[in-house]
Amino acid sequence: MKYSISVLGEDERFSCNADQHLLQGMQAYRIGMPMLRLIPVGCRGGGCGVCRVRIVSGDYEASKMSRKHVTEQEQAEGIALACRVYPSSDLEIELAPRVQVEKNSE
Amino acid sequence: MRKGVMRPGHVQIRVLDLEEALVHYRDRLGLIEVGRDDHNRAYLKAWTEIDRFSVVLRQAEEPGMDFMGFKVTGPDVLQQRKQELIDYGCVVETIPAGELDGCGERVRFDSPTGHFFELYAEKEQTGKWGISERNPEAWPEALKGMRATRFDHCLLYGEDIDGTSALLQQVLGFQLSEQVLDRDNGDLRVAAFLACSMKAHDVALVRHPENGKFHHASFYLETWSDVLRAADLISMHDIPLDIGPTRHGLTHGQTIYFFDPSGNRNEVFTGGDYTYPDHPVVTWDAEQLGKAIFYHHRQLNENFLGVVT
Repeated sequence: MKYSISVLGEDERFSCNADQHLLQGMQAYRIGMPMLRLIPVGCRGGGCGVCRVRIVSGDYEASKMSRKHVTEQEQAEGIALACRVYPSSDLEIELAPRVQVEKNSE
Repeated sequence: MRKGVMRPGHVQIRVLDLEEALVHYRDRLGLIEVGRDDHNRAYLKAWTEIDRFSVVLRQAEEPGMDFMGFKVTGPDVLQQRKQELIDYGCVVETIPAGELDGCGERVRFDSPTGHFFELYAEKEQTGKWGISERNPEAWPEALKGMRATRFDHCLLYGEDIDGTSALLQQVLGFQLSEQVLDRDNGDLRVAAFLACSMKAHDVALVRHPENGKFHHASFYLETWSDVLRAADLISMHDIPLDIGPTRHGLTHGQTIYFFDPSGNRNEVFTGGDYTYPDHPVVTWDAEQLGKAIFYHHRQLNENFLGVVT
């Protein structure tokens, strides 16, 4: 099942499978287009915090992530690390960074 | 001047899921799982190491490094260094033998960059894994994954790297082997590579605004071909790649970086420079940092610089 992911303030959206985390969906190949860099990409293991986002609307599953970057309360309020978010509906998200790196990975 | 500190002996790494981490460190890196304890910790070693373990994985809510331990030449040296650490002003804690399975008394101390280090003199010696002590064959056939040969060093991030360097040099006898200086900032030291042996480094420090951060734990491989083979395994198992295979300018090691399932960075590498006590410090200029870090790409990589646990 593919879902459509949009990032607040960005025109481009991307699609993401239910078994992919958001960064995998974002980095998928698009014919004749540069790879999307809407969300910064870091360790991809829920550890470094650079892909911290807030899910504005939609349903998702989140796997375990560092409590240093997302507290239990924040997680309940929709904060998550994008590398740990698996969509189960279309999602609207916004960046919520606390650790800054440029969106230039790979 | 050396002060009886022999080598990096262990690192305790926090992981989000112990079983997931074990698959990574055991089946991908190729470390040998040697046991568990009742604190939810798993113990592993690389096959050429003679001591019982070198990597301890602890399940926790935040990934990162708990501490890095160095083995000293004997119990007398341990007590002398302990007293000197206290005199130097460190907060020193003595951890009784057996708190880590098979390890003797440990002397833990803090550092200006917020990292915890340990010294210990004794650990159960189980010998190299899979080969006999007498007439040893070249390598054991049952190795998995990248076949890491030893835990080699850690790179740690924090603010006052001059403070931690001074502590390691003055109290523990480390030698500054390489450094990066920023000429535009009055030769501010932005990276320090320190050796207690004749390796290029046994621990490295990079200046960073947040203290106590863990950049990577590194493991040694035998050949460049093994580094390329590690790269193949990283792809086969869809392990998040950081960068490589490439060569460093600093220390000139041939390397690849990737992440464990909790986002802790690992390196496997081979080759590189060596350090004798009469070697002058090798200096790189910060303006050449791209080449200093990645000798082939010669470009700074924000992720390599900024992504830490």
